[in-house]
Amino acid sequence: MTDQTTEAPAAKPIPVTVLTGYLGAGKTTLLNRILSESHGKKYAVIVNEFGEIGIDNDLIVESDEEIYEMNNGCVCCTVRGDLIRVVEGLMRRPGRFDGIIVETTGLADPVPVAQTFFMDDDVRAKTELDAVVALVDAKHLPLRLKDSREAEDQIAFADVVVVNKTDLVTPEELAVVEDVVRAINPTARVYKTSRSGVDLARVLDQGAFNLERALENDPHFLDHDHEDHVCGPDCDHDHHHHHGHDHHHHDHDHTCGPDCGHDHHHHDHGHHHGHHDSMSPIHDITVKSISLRGGEMNPDRFFPWIQKITQTEGPNILRLKGIIAFSGDEERYVVQGVHMIVEGDHQRPWKDGEKRESRLVFIGRNLDFAKIEQSFLACQATAKTPA
Amino acid sequence: MPTVAPLDIEGHVVSTHFLGDIPFFATAAGTIHRLDGGEKVTEAHQGLLTCIRDPFSATLISGGEDGKVLRIGHDGEATLLAEVPRKWISVVAGGPQNAVAYAVGKTSIVRQGDGSVKEFTEERSVEGIAFAGKGLRIAAARYNGVSLHWVGTNAPAADLDWKGAHTGVTFSPDGRFLVTMMQENALHGWKLDGKAGENRHMRMTGYPAKVKSLSWSVKGKWLASSGAPAAIVWPFSSKDGPMGKAPLELGTRANIMVTHVAFHPAEEVLAIGFIDGMILGVRIADEKEALLRRPGKGAITGLSWSASGKLLSFSSEAGDCGVIDISA
Repeated sequence: MTDQTTEAPAAKPIPVTVLTGYLGAGKTTLLNRILSESHGKKYAVIVNEFGEIGIDNDLIVESDEEIYEMNNGCVCCTVRGDLIRVVEGLMRRPGRFDGIIVETTGLADPVPVAQTFFMDDDVRAKTELDAVVALVDAKHLPLRLKDSREAEDQIAFADVVVVNKTDLVTPEELAVVEDVVRAINPTARVYKTSRSGVDLARVLDQGAFNLERALENDPHFLDHDHEDHVCGPDCDHDHHHHHGHDHHHHDHDHTCGPDCGHDHHHHDHGHHHGHHDSMSPIHDITVKSISLRGGEMNPDRFFPWIQKITQTEGPNILRLKGIIAFSGDEERYVVQGVHMIVEGDHQRPWKDGEKRESRLVFIGRNLDFAKIEQSFLACQATAKTPA
Repeated sequence: MPTVAPLDIEGHVVSTHFLGDIPFFATAAGTIHRLDGGEKVTEAHQGLLTCIRDPFSATLISGGEDGKVLRIGHDGEATLLAEVPRKWISVVAGGPQNAVAYAVGKTSIVRQGDGSVKEFTEERSVEGIAFAGKGLRIAAARYNGVSLHWVGTNAPAADLDWKGAHTGVTFSPDGRFLVTMMQENALHGWKLDGKAGENRHMRMTGYPAKVKSLSWSVKGKWLASSGAPAAIVWPFSSKDGPMGKAPLELGTRANIMVTHVAFHPAEEVLAIGFIDGMILGVRIADEKEALLRRPGKGAITGLSWSASGKLLSFSSEAGDCGVIDISA
């Protein structure tokens, strides 16, 4: 299969942006901006229904969402069959556009869409998943999270979360929404806007799945004094909210010790310090993230470990991302994964003075933090050989 | 030594088919080129997705991004058979008595020669359609199996179930077998004339890549397939088809994938097209190989024999097409 890829004429893969978000979150408005604003690029758009896209563009393709389970006994190995066919058709004439945007239905699970770009060899050979962007309606998010798992999944799975319609909520309500988004997904870049007015450069061409680029600008993996740090005022605000009773996702200096409690976003019932009087929507969150931090790893322990954990916990893992320092290795190793799919590669040499440590984030459900952390730390080069 | 007459066309060429002794080439952009005393071009579609040879008549049937289904004659003239605005038509099939079938989402539509139209709704998107050789009957490939419909009746579909996504379908020439291509790297077959209670399934697996091209030999003794660095050719002459038998592997090349296969119309000779543009001819009897075309610019997307069996046309992803004269 890889032979087929390498034998085919080498062309630059076309970037694919997946746009998710509940009905009314502002996807169509954002799409219309992408199609009409002058940014010098042309996009092919795959939609479920033409709906209200008022733009005359012969590269808008209507496609019936068709989810296929792969016949390999793995329940989380799902792809969008219709996308395979449409992308195949589009890629026969690649000169027509610079990128592809897939708009999902409000209730869609983003995972099969993303996995299509990893699991189908033909699609994978010609395209590259750029980023999953989730639009969130600031006004209705708390309600959505009560209604459905999909809204939570969309945020948990995203690389970029656009909190939209901020003009319809109070600053306090917005703060709660932001907290919720960061609690569900600490690694996503979060932007606040109204009328889908986010800077398109924050949405398109993100390279979030590109191992060379991934994590390089990821707020979760950046130190606060980093020049590209994009958290901005959110950081202070977040720090406040979680002060004292919850591990902060941006608190890079915090190392989880044995007393941390480890259920970062769940066991804080009753600990709210009066920041928000409203019932916290956090109670409706079932996704949580696990941030791991360790020293230099022994590759002979780390690779079997990550294989095993993605095999056994795959259905519970929505995303994983990490930067790994291997002992005796002069380059940073980056890993990322979706359910059972995990891939990794050397990214770049460690810089002088850069701390050689390993960081790994899992976003998922029903993950046993203590067990995962313990087994992760046992992969360290300095760890005693496990029995 | 065969001679190659090249025909360079701009862009991706989706398929090639002979109508009589005239080769046709269909481009993804929507033009159809034919070599009929010089190169002639029909502007058929605004974006062409599929173009097949109607097995029941000397015409082509095509579907496009413009939602049109066309029938194209040997003179290149296009007749509009159906138009579904804003839908992509990527599945078409030709049947007896000038019937055509096409798919729109979860619906298979059969348009008979008299212009009457019949629709069949499936539970999942239709990814492939084929007409049976006898009687007006279609098979629609979909997720988790195939639905068989008699076009002339309102009887419920006969469902052939097999878990997984079926992306294409073909009847054997004698109508005894039905074979699908699957999203995973496999074919699946059903024995249609089996007795009740008999195992009717045929699993054909082991491919390193997806199968995208199938071709039956004359009289249906063999079924050739792409999806491996050799043409995988399954024996279908016994009453149980290929069950319990190993396929032939013809034209094996170390790591170079076969992308298209086409059996000769009269002899058990297979034309094999590769991802690098090379084309081999292989005789089944002694597995003797002949180089028909050296590697070119792009993967072979189509191969077609002329009615006489002396000419072989080929189309490529990169547009470097041509006609090979094997009688020279």
